[in-house]
Amino acid sequence: MSSLDHDDAYRRIASNPNFQALVHRRGRFALTLTAIMMGLYFAFILLIAFAPQVLGIPVADGAMTTWGIVIGIGLILAAIILTGIYVRRANGEFDRLVHQILEEDRQ
Amino acid sequence: MSRFSSGTLQRTGWLAAVGSIALMLPLQGALADAIGGEVERQPLNIAAIVMFLLFVAATLYITWWASKRSRTASDYYAAGGRITGFQNGLAIAGDFMSAASFLGISALVFASGYDGLIYSMGFLVGWPIIMFLIAERLRNLGRYTFADVASYRLKKRPIRTLSAFGSLSVVALYLIAQIVGAGKLIQLLFGLDYIVAVVIVGVLMVCYVLFGGMLATTWVQMIKAALLLFGATFMALMVLWHVGFSVEHLFSEAARVHPDDEAIMTPGGLVSDPISAISLGLALMFGTAGLPHILMRFFTVGDAKEARKSVFVATGFIGYFYILTFIIGFGAILLVSTNPAFKDAAGAIIGGNNMVAVHLADAVGGSLFLGFISAVAFATILAVVAGLTLAGASAVSHDLYAGVLKRDQADEAKEVMVSKGAVLVLGIVAIWLGILFESQNIAFMVGLAFSIAASCNFPVLLLAMYWRRLTTRGALWGGAMGLATAIGLMILGPTIWVQVLGHAEPIYPYDYPALFSMAVAFLGIYVFSVTDKSRAAEEERALFEPQFVRSQTGLGASGSTSH
Repeated sequence: MSSLDHDDAYRRIASNPNFQALVHRRGRFALTLTAIMMGLYFAFILLIAFAPQVLGIPVADGAMTTWGIVIGIGLILAAIILTGIYVRRANGEFDRLVHQILEEDRQ
Repeated sequence: MSRFSSGTLQRTGWLAAVGSIALMLPLQGALADAIGGEVERQPLNIAAIVMFLLFVAATLYITWWASKRSRTASDYYAAGGRITGFQNGLAIAGDFMSAASFLGISALVFASGYDGLIYSMGFLVGWPIIMFLIAERLRNLGRYTFADVASYRLKKRPIRTLSAFGSLSVVALYLIAQIVGAGKLIQLLFGLDYIVAVVIVGVLMVCYVLFGGMLATTWVQMIKAALLLFGATFMALMVLWHVGFSVEHLFSEAARVHPDDEAIMTPGGLVSDPISAISLGLALMFGTAGLPHILMRFFTVGDAKEARKSVFVATGFIGYFYILTFIIGFGAILLVSTNPAFKDAAGAIIGGNNMVAVHLADAVGGSLFLGFISAVAFATILAVVAGLTLAGASAVSHDLYAGVLKRDQADEAKEVMVSKGAVLVLGIVAIWLGILFESQNIAFMVGLAFSIAASCNFPVLLLAMYWRRLTTRGALWGGAMGLATAIGLMILGPTIWVQVLGHAEPIYPYDYPALFSMAVAFLGIYVFSVTDKSRAAEEERALFEPQFVRSQTGLGASGSTSH
């Protein structure tokens, strides 16, 4: 099981255009989602630091619920949803492509 | 009266509150009146003790069952890689949701409303990052510890030494914090002596890990997560039922009885300093991705597919749990703060603010449910410390003994023996330090653990997987610089320099070092890698390609059946 057993396969796969395309696509997808998550979170932190009163605006006239609550809960849900989106595509589309690449290589 | 109105508290409040949450030891600032310093021993709580004994009996039975199924090193470190994605997700949640987050965050919501939500957010956002950047590559490249991955194409001995050092620092700090917190909490909930409580926690955690390895640890964490989620769900539902399932009604009722009125619906000045806020945000976000006991869990599943599933399940449960604690905190404002039965003669909450979730259990479910929640809090601590102990012991046996001392030529059985020896030593040291630190100010410890994880473990691990030009020299220097900067700034900052050492002014003015120490680590790794012109460095860069293919495809990954 040592990685040495696979050295030739690693070299072949590295130069396989399908592999390169997959890596490029998956990498970009992961980075986009990372940027969204970090952007949302640090925007939230900066909002708290510089303009906390924005988060205190009620969602409707006379309502006690504030936008801060909506945004806060929304961020938690966003974290869950974004990981869900990644898993769905990675375990479906991307894993099928990985499987194909490995199958091709074995032949 | 608002506890957050004074200027000094505003400055250190963010740190104090998070330190408190993480520790259950709010020794200063926001939660100063909670489980800090001297706690009052409560009368023996029989229902709680009976339910806790049931939990102990069940988990010891599982440990016995697991011990019969643990034969190889892979069984011991990684439960043979046979945990499913869902199980692992539940176990990760169990590893991560501490009694501190349950009691501490609900206490913070109780005291200041909205601010509680800000903290829980910080602890959650690391998970998507782990999913997108770490999980699949980690699983594809490693076997038992994250040092396997960090040292994959670099010189094994120096990198394993660095990683083991990073792991052990994080584990030690986290473990002391948990044990001390556990002692105080159990004193409060069960009416047991502090020392008795610490010894019980230490002995049980050693038993789980020593005899049952990762399999038993996983099951303890899964059961704990299920119990905690069940208990918290029940409490949140009872709170919502009380307000006719109208959240708006919950908020307006809470604001009506809370001394801060409507201010509890907005951020309350705990975060007035953007540098500290961002620094803490970074520490929490990337520190989570450098916690050895969390990273280790990814080797318990069969492949990258299951690893991804486990992060999704964990993120879902942890996020759901934080929403529950928010409702519980508001529920406590409504049902605990208005009930004289939960207050002492002076009008303060009996046992301090960290007890509001426990009082709420009493208010919505009677003494039987109170006992249940107390037992769950105890179980929660055990699950966390068991995971920490296993991670610490693995750093000793797998990284230092097998990797450094025996140059990867160790006999498997002997390696596991060494690990079990390390578990015993860790257990004894943890009990000893727990007793030693009983009345010390240790609020900085979890913050420091997260900062070290974010400034040493995480940069080395991330760049080992992502950056072709990384060399041993770069990883070693950069990692060590990040570690030293994190520890140095923490010592010179307000938490240790002022609050522990008693100086008047901090030399480093911010509560958290991560913003600077992470920058130092990444810069150090970069500079010492690109200037490395040695032949060994060239070979290490050449090894990136095969490593990259394995990390992306799982070909040759341990426990995989795809070849």
